[in-house]
Amino acid sequence: MKKTVFLGALTVAGLAAGASAAATLDDVKARGKLNCGVTTGLVGFAAPDANGHWDGFDVGVCRAVAAAVLGDAEAVEFVPTTGKTRFTALASGEIDMLARNTTWTLSRDVDLKFTFVGVNYYDGQGFMVPKGLGVSSAKELDGATVCIQTGTTTELNLADFFRANNMSYEPVPIETNAEAQQQYLAGACDVYTTDASGLAATRATFEAPADHVLLPEIISKEPLGPLVRHGDNEWGDVVRWTLNALISAEELGITSANIGELGAAAGDNPEVNRILGTEGNLGEMLGLDAGWAKAAIMAGGNYGELFEKNIGENTPIALSRGLNAQWQDGGLIYSPPFR
Amino acid sequence: MTTMTDPHQGSFRLSMLIYDSRYRSMTIQIVALIGFLTLIGWLISNTAQNLITLGKEPSFGFMLEPAGYDINQRLLDYDSQDSHLRAALIGLLNTLLVAVMGCLAATVIGVVVGVLRLSKNWIVSRLMAVYVEGFRNVPVLLWIVFAMAILIETLPPPNAFRGENPEATMKLGETVAVTNRGIYIPEPLFSRGIGDAHVFGDTSLRFDVSLDLIALASVFIAGLLISGLINRRANATQNATGVRPTVWYWRLAVVVLPTAILLWVLGCHMGYPELKGFNFKGGTHMRNSLIALWAALSLYTAAFIAEIVRAGILAVSKGQTEAANALGIRPNKTMSLVVLPQALRVIIPPLISNYLNLTKNSSLAIAVGYMDITGTLGGITLNQTGRELETLLMLMLCYLIISLTISGVMNWYNESVKLKER
Repeated sequence: MKKTVFLGALTVAGLAAGASAAATLDDVKARGKLNCGVTTGLVGFAAPDANGHWDGFDVGVCRAVAAAVLGDAEAVEFVPTTGKTRFTALASGEIDMLARNTTWTLSRDVDLKFTFVGVNYYDGQGFMVPKGLGVSSAKELDGATVCIQTGTTTELNLADFFRANNMSYEPVPIETNAEAQQQYLAGACDVYTTDASGLAATRATFEAPADHVLLPEIISKEPLGPLVRHGDNEWGDVVRWTLNALISAEELGITSANIGELGAAAGDNPEVNRILGTEGNLGEMLGLDAGWAKAAIMAGGNYGELFEKNIGENTPIALSRGLNAQWQDGGLIYSPPFR
Repeated sequence: MTTMTDPHQGSFRLSMLIYDSRYRSMTIQIVALIGFLTLIGWLISNTAQNLITLGKEPSFGFMLEPAGYDINQRLLDYDSQDSHLRAALIGLLNTLLVAVMGCLAATVIGVVVGVLRLSKNWIVSRLMAVYVEGFRNVPVLLWIVFAMAILIETLPPPNAFRGENPEATMKLGETVAVTNRGIYIPEPLFSRGIGDAHVFGDTSLRFDVSLDLIALASVFIAGLLISGLINRRANATQNATGVRPTVWYWRLAVVVLPTAILLWVLGCHMGYPELKGFNFKGGTHMRNSLIALWAALSLYTAAFIAEIVRAGILAVSKGQTEAANALGIRPNKTMSLVVLPQALRVIIPPLISNYLNLTKNSSLAIAVGYMDITGTLGGITLNQTGRELETLLMLMLCYLIISLTISGVMNWYNESVKLKER
């Protein structure tokens, strides 16, 4: 009898997960909270501060979506996920979207049935070594012991890189960034490899960041972006255009400082007016209210502001814009037009 | 009155299935069984249907695709271009390795601690009590992580062995290197070896068998058999004439000499670990993850086994010990010849479940990055292919088979030691 009840409960849980796949936007509105999957803690991208308040570049995307949909940037339930649990969490409906430096790949898009709504950080896999090791290129790493987070694309890139260069290595698989950091600092591995941005973020938390160098080789393309489940295009559109609104806002010069003024009444620039809802009905098309993009931008600022505040050159992580500059400045960050 | 006691004769009516107590219990059981099977069938078809709706039809074809990832500890040859199936096999062997090593160590420690806990020496018995209570009352995951942290933080990295005045040196006459990446010990090598036999060609299940080891083992076993034969003849001579011929040197010679000669012919020498580049090369590398997992699992399970052994010994009536003492048998002989054989009957059944626990607990290996089958098949493969249902089903099947095999073997052993009732 007990078994039957248990199986019944399992089935109900399964059915509930299946049913929620349909209209995520309505679910989020009804719930009054956005469930957003983030990392278990990567300073600059997603990490809780001393008061337990989540902050970071990826967190900024979650908050912007929450502000656009619910009008409240704080109405987010952050769900920490590991490299292993993130896809199951998203596929099962435990989270509505995943903003956890996840690489856009064909198999994840097609085989795992997820929709990547865009790229919020163009990254590549790099290597970090202690300066004392005297290594200046990843090609000199033959025979090294490499710490690597398991369940990520980095694992496969690493195998490919060493095979292509005919070198051997000893992989040390690790579950989370924190454990990797501990093993790397204790010298249990010579090298730590993950996305270059993650390495910079990790290095910033070391006692002596200057004792560690990032090697020049970037061995892969890692376009990182938020993703949602396949099969709910309306919800995908909401997340996609929220991200695009942040990017366009930077391009058009809408900042958290001047947004109050620009959004108060229709101005000279028609595209700014359309984004901020003072002209046209873009919000209505998305199933949101007219001020959706304004709320999203006010949540944490435009794309450039989010970047500078969390991971930019004036933060301990000190990442330069590089590929992540706006397209006019020679970068790859580009939003389709709001029309 | 007679009509009352007359058994019900004649026709069987359907209502009797419910109202007749002879059939009722069976009716209820059959209905319950049908309901239960229907529910299971519905669950399975529901799962399959939902997966098909999601566009993820259950299929196991992905197991033959290249895995794409590397595994550090491999008992068979493997590289990242091998299939997921091969990766799962490597993981399975790692699971079996730590399970077998763990069960052996846990049994030895458990029996010793269990016996010592009954010691009349106050300090010894108290110390053992502290050990048992300490280990079995803390979750094994914490012990595993703790053991790993100690290994990583306290032992020197390979770097420390470098330079003119190294901070760390190799132990045991420069043959063993103890580092925070594991322990490197010398390994036997054959310079004129006769090679390996390849079994199963190029498939995912292929493996190599060292002919050198087979030759050595067969010569050694042949030596033991001949030695046994000499012993039997010596016994026969003793029984017939009352004088035992001195044969110990013959017995030693037939075992040692052929083995030694074969070793020399094969060119056996030791390969010592050496610091080359980033790491020690040569020798056998026992990784930190294996040592930490093995130590934590054995010490944890040994605490339970110690209690089982203590219970088993206390279950043997005191009269047995007293009788043995009265016959003048020494206390340690009493323990090994009188008490323990009888205690085994009580010890074996709960011991089986502890072996099963240890094997299943080994799936916590990923906490220290040990690539067991949960780490390969249920970890990286699951993640890279997104086939949760299939990989988890296979994983469960693997653990089920391992556990049933352990129980089968131990039950057979239990049959052979249990009280023979004639």
